Amino acid sequence: MSLTPEQVKRIAHLARIEVSESEALTTQGHLNGIFELIEQMQAVDTTGVEPMAHAQDVSQRLRPDAVSEADRRAAYQAVAPETEAGLYLVPKVIE
Amino acid sequence: MNQWEVVIGIETHAQLATVSKIFSGASTAFGAAPNTQACAVDLALPGVLPVLNRQAVECAIRFGLAIGAHVAPKSVFARKNYFYPDLPKGYQISQFELPVVQGGAITVQVGSGDKAYEKTVNLTRAHLEEDAGKSLHEDFHGKSGIDLNRAGTPLLEIVTEPDMRSSDEAVAYARALHALVRWIGICDGNMQEGSFRCDANVSVRRPGAPFGTRREIKNLNSFRFLKEAIDYEVQWQINEIEEGRAIQQATVLFDPDSGETRTMRTKEDAHDYRYFPDPDLLPLAITDDWIARVKGELPELPVQKRQRFMDQFGLSAYDATTLTASQEIADFYEATVGVAGQGAAKPCANWVMVDLAARLNKDGLEIAQSPVSPQQLGGLVARIADNTISNNIAKKVFEALWNGEGASADEVIDKQGLKQITDSGAIEALVDEVLAANAANVAEYRAGKEKAFNALVGQVMKAAKGKANPQQVNELLKKKLEA
Repeated sequence: MSLTPEQVKRIAHLARIEVSESEALTTQGHLNGIFELIEQMQAVDTTGVEPMAHAQDVSQRLRPDAVSEADRRAAYQAVAPETEAGLYLVPKVIE
Repeated sequence: MNQWEVVIGIETHAQLATVSKIFSGASTAFGAAPNTQACAVDLALPGVLPVLNRQAVECAIRFGLAIGAHVAPKSVFARKNYFYPDLPKGYQISQFELPVVQGGAITVQVGSGDKAYEKTVNLTRAHLEEDAGKSLHEDFHGKSGIDLNRAGTPLLEIVTEPDMRSSDEAVAYARALHALVRWIGICDGNMQEGSFRCDANVSVRRPGAPFGTRREIKNLNSFRFLKEAIDYEVQWQINEIEEGRAIQQATVLFDPDSGETRTMRTKEDAHDYRYFPDPDLLPLAITDDWIARVKGELPELPVQKRQRFMDQFGLSAYDATTLTASQEIADFYEATVGVAGQGAAKPCANWVMVDLAARLNKDGLEIAQSPVSPQQLGGLVARIADNTISNNIAKKVFEALWNGEGASADEVIDKQGLKQITDSGAIEALVDEVLAANAANVAEYRAGKEKAFNALVGQVMKAAKGKANPQQVNELLKKKLEA
């Protein structure tokens, strides 16, 4: 399997990464290189092997349901580009 | 060929009753000032990591057990990728391939009275996920204001199979689910605050044909809107098809003011979520011991209580279902029977389901707000059962109790002199009086007019101010007239 330049641009768009034509070509080469590696791995017979959801074979640690975080809005908003009335302001996005 | 079959599946987002968020220690309390409950994890500041809330998992286990589902010993959290400012990470943590709750079913009662029927709605799955924040699009000089207090609030998304065939069935399911999540204490069910929101997937087809193309109505936050939105959408789809236009898969919004649905996005610009297992979270393991403990702590479930009401109180399936529609109704009913006695279980059911329900409905009250307590109602039913008062007088006593004119039925009966006359001598005197004064009716009755008898009964009851025992009046009148 190999990607077309259009597919690379679509992936870039979905990830909100701006790529120029030449960057798209370079990236296409990199991604196709990764696919070659994956193809090699897919040649391994995995019959009877249960897929893992994580590289480490351990399970999730859980925390008790308790409020441990105090209000630190002032500190967080001090580094935000723009705020008003306690809200973070962002460019308007309406669906 | 004018027959169309409606096919509905429902996805519900139930906000879980935890004090902190699903992956952070920020508070989930409703109504705080904007962003005062949004911590570094909720804001997706660089370097933060999610840690799963045990209580959120336990809520999911409770739900799975309550609907007879498979609670997965191992489930996986996945990233659902999309860019929107109310989701600062650029993805929502959800579950995709291996959800925590798999399968299960809820049986609901649709309609009422003679037309009532039972319907089993199968569930596909229920999975844990985090809620997004809120965007405010007004008043910020062309920008959007973002409040992330809600971001990271734990949700259980409950997904049905496309099993419902009418808006009534959809509403019956949504109501039953709403009652159940409150019953087992995993969600407060507050629809105004968005704690319980439904999306309806709606399509139409000719009976027996494959499923039609569906459109999804998003974010319905009342049962009335759910019904109105589905009814409008169904009619719209039928009109489109009958006019030769194919239905396009789409996500739509319901506008309660116009009563219409309108397209939000079509399949072409549908999101490409690119789910993949979240590397920040390890698989969730749920042990048999944990499941067994949660099972032991579950209250008697609606379906179990319903069966017990039928076995213990001899109620019909319809009565038992109605009286277990919510924990509050069931508790009220049982407390009423507790006072009136098990022998009066059926009249207690009628009083709770008919008289009390109608009175609550008239004043727009919930059963928990009833001015008449179960103790008072039970005391009232007991006085009907022991013939102290008739059913008709009981309605008067009920109204008096409702208006706070006495602490108990006995007090009202006493104060207002409503005790039934059962002394046959006294009733006989009244009957004699009425017979003497209504010779015309007597003649009519003897001439074969059955109606005249009712008129005489009415006269006696009137003379007794409604307090004579109706059965005794009937018997004595018959005896005298046929003598």
